[in-house]
Amino acid sequence: MIDIIQNYIAGLLMIVGAAFALVASVGLLRLPDVYSRMHAASKAGTLGSGVMLLALAVVADDIAIITRALAGILFFLLTAPIAAHLLAKAAYAAGYQLWESSVLDQMGVTVSNNKQDKEKLETGNKSP
Amino acid sequence: MTSSETFLNATVLIALVLLSLSFLVTVWRVVIGPTLPDRILALDMLVAVALGFIAVIGIMTGYALYLDIAIALGLVGFLATVAFARFVMNREGAEVDDAEGNADD
Repeated sequence: MIDIIQNYIAGLLMIVGAAFALVASVGLLRLPDVYSRMHAASKAGTLGSGVMLLALAVVADDIAIITRALAGILFFLLTAPIAAHLLAKAAYAAGYQLWESSVLDQMGVTVSNNKQDKEKLETGNKSP
Repeated sequence: MTSSETFLNATVLIALVLLSLSFLVTVWRVVIGPTLPDRILALDMLVAVALGFIAVIGIMTGYALYLDIAIALGLVGFLATVAFARFVMNREGAEVDDAEGNADD
């Protein structure tokens, strides 16, 4: 009986996860710039592979396999946002432009202020 | 072969088809770029799709060893993305590939 429920739940989870992965990759293809593509890849993509690992945990009978699958999900959920954040910061610092229809660039003010501050500090240190 | 096993086998096939489609679409983004961070992001997404493939094949064959491969692959993908991000940052101002104009300074 429990086998039957396990099989049905795992099958549904697999389809849901694969659909999330497909939606993420379509978003990766169609969104206009790096920063918005990052939304699709890092949120829907992570959720897709996490749900598919969860299906593996559901269908397994051994507690060691279940624990490893859950540890894998946890690890992936922890690392994916860090990787996306680092990549976005690096791309912004390297000067890759936002999409021209973007309405708000809150980083722009901070970054240019920091640059001005640095220049002030450097010139202030040099002058005396 | 009970009906629930038939259902599981059918869903494995459907999931493999969906994952193959998403793999192709992501590879297309790697090919067309247009900038370096786009390609890095698509490679990161390829790792996620490969994790999904590993999970589905693990369910299909019943080998739990695939799970260890999945965890190792996730670690390698994370480290690769971090290393690429540092590479992009260190290349600052070198070139912005596709003529979107220079940075604002």
